[in-house]
Amino acid sequence: MRLERRDETSRLALALAPLLAVAFTLGVASLLVRWAGAPVGRTWSLMFAGAFGSVFALAETLTRATPLMLTGLAAAVAFRARLYNIGAEGQLYAGAIAAVMVGGLHGGASLTVPTALLFAATMAAAALAGALLLLGPALLKSRLGVDEVVTTLLANFIVLLAVSALLDGPMKDPLAMGWPQSVALDPELELGRLIERTRLHTGLLAAIAAAVLLWALLRFTVWGFDIRATGANSRAAAFAGVPVGWTVVRVAALSGGLAGLAGAIEVAGRTGYVTLDMSPGYGYGGIVVAMLAGLHPLGVIAASVFVAGVLVGADSMSRAIGVPTYLADVMVAVALIAVLVAGLFARWRLRWR
Amino acid sequence: MSELLELFELLTSPALWVAVLRIATPLLLGTLGVLLCERAGVLNLGIEGIMVAGAFVGWLAVWLGAPLWGGVAAAALAGAVFGLLHAGLTVGLALSQHVAGLGITLLATALSHYAYRVSFPKVTTPPTITPFAPMDWLPIPVLAAQTPLTLLALLLVPVLAWVLNRTPAGLALRMVGENPQAAQAQGVGVIATRTAAIVAGSALMGVAGAFLTLAAFNAFFFNMVNGRGWICVALVVFASWRPGKALAGAVLFAFFDALQLRLQQADGGGLPHQFYLMLPYLLSILALVLVARRAAYPQALMQPWRKGER
Repeated sequence: MRLERRDETSRLALALAPLLAVAFTLGVASLLVRWAGAPVGRTWSLMFAGAFGSVFALAETLTRATPLMLTGLAAAVAFRARLYNIGAEGQLYAGAIAAVMVGGLHGGASLTVPTALLFAATMAAAALAGALLLLGPALLKSRLGVDEVVTTLLANFIVLLAVSALLDGPMKDPLAMGWPQSVALDPELELGRLIERTRLHTGLLAAIAAAVLLWALLRFTVWGFDIRATGANSRAAAFAGVPVGWTVVRVAALSGGLAGLAGAIEVAGRTGYVTLDMSPGYGYGGIVVAMLAGLHPLGVIAASVFVAGVLVGADSMSRAIGVPTYLADVMVAVALIAVLVAGLFARWRLRWR
Repeated sequence: MSELLELFELLTSPALWVAVLRIATPLLLGTLGVLLCERAGVLNLGIEGIMVAGAFVGWLAVWLGAPLWGGVAAAALAGAVFGLLHAGLTVGLALSQHVAGLGITLLATALSHYAYRVSFPKVTTPPTITPFAPMDWLPIPVLAAQTPLTLLALLLVPVLAWVLNRTPAGLALRMVGENPQAAQAQGVGVIATRTAAIVAGSALMGVAGAFLTLAAFNAFFFNMVNGRGWICVALVVFASWRPGKALAGAVLFAFFDALQLRLQQADGGGLPHQFYLMLPYLLSILALVLVARRAAYPQALMQPWRKGER
């Protein structure tokens, strides 16, 4: 038995692969639901209704999809260049805290600036914080050959502890009664609502715009070509004159910047301040989103809505019939592995001999 | 002068070294597990989740009435099952070792948490078990305060070094990690050898997790592994993929961790406590940077291998 590359990869097979992966995921999850002693059909209908069944549910799903879209793009662009950025979680928190530093504390200065300028500075600070955080591991990788997976993973823990220290110290909200939460972002900087009486904010439009821009960048520009070439075969790319080292640095800045923006948009659109539980693993979820999307920026939009739907639907279903919400985490993990395998069999076939 | 004396007293106090060995044990077991996988040429980022699964399954088995060693065996089995899955994905199907490993971590963690909540839907305080007792019968001072799992971890160091360097199985394992084509030409089954190494290594990771619930604590908490798995992945680079150096690395690392706890207590609020908690992760990165230039990675690490391809 061995694997053999298919002579022709059909577009139909490539399109069907994620759907098959999702079907497999539902199968596995159904077994787990039965094990928990709940009726399978009702669980799924409750989950679907909880995620997409009403305007309110849909708005909640899209609200959750917004940060996942941005971290998904961060992972997609980095993985395209084979820079395995697993640190989006830390970059998101770094971006969030930088946003509050600029847009809440005004960098410690008490000057009045136009709102538009302050908003731009806030978002830029968040993107910069995320970018700088990934630049370290990217340089360690390209200069010293230190594996970026481990360094970015470890950086997540360091950032979270640093944020925790800031929330206890200089950025503590004096009105929070000892609850670990940061000073609030300037209310003028908060994003507008897309639908009245829901939490859905204009950050969603920004995330979709980022996806389209990233797609155009990868598809139509020289830089995009450099990224794709570096990822496909960095030695061949270097031989052909692609500045591989410089490309990796720019990809790191872009990827970290997107994850940092995710944090700032969460603060400006949803929470208004930073807490230590503001992200239920959006950084890691972004990796799954990127893989489900086949690292395609436009696919990230759909994949992030799917993952957010699973998370929101599971919350709502769990409140109704008590199947643990961790079902959502299992589904996301199974979907990741299943989509990897399905994608493989779209390009390769098994030969029994 | 008095500070120096205090430091000397601290460094010679048995309590410190008892803590060092206790902290080092799960790191050592996990690092040896990663070492087995990587010497065979496969990165196993599933370790973080496999440790969660080992901690949960080991604890659950004992809670359901199994003896403590039965819990350890159950944890090893859970690790082996996830290892087999990882091997199927990365060796059998030659998928990306990075992504597959992360997938295993997410899956093992999520399944453990789901199973915990299904088994104990309403509990607020985690149910406890009676963990391993210290080996009071042992006449060696610091070791007598440890549980048998620490002894097991320490004994595994020479055993693994011997297996890797002095037996045909160890030679085969190293061959498939350095040059799978040559191994295949010598009649060594690359897929079978790599799979066996990953399954064995993952079983060790499961035991590393079980140490947390069966020896260090007496219950299962979410987030109890808390990045220890990733630290092991860094330690194995620091240890140049050698069991003896893995022991030295784990002990050195645990020493700084134990010292950090004591300095934090002695400091009394000068620095935020988070800075002390950061030290282990900062040290891991520092260790990677320090050895980066002379790190002799197994030559075929992270290179997928397909039969018949050159």
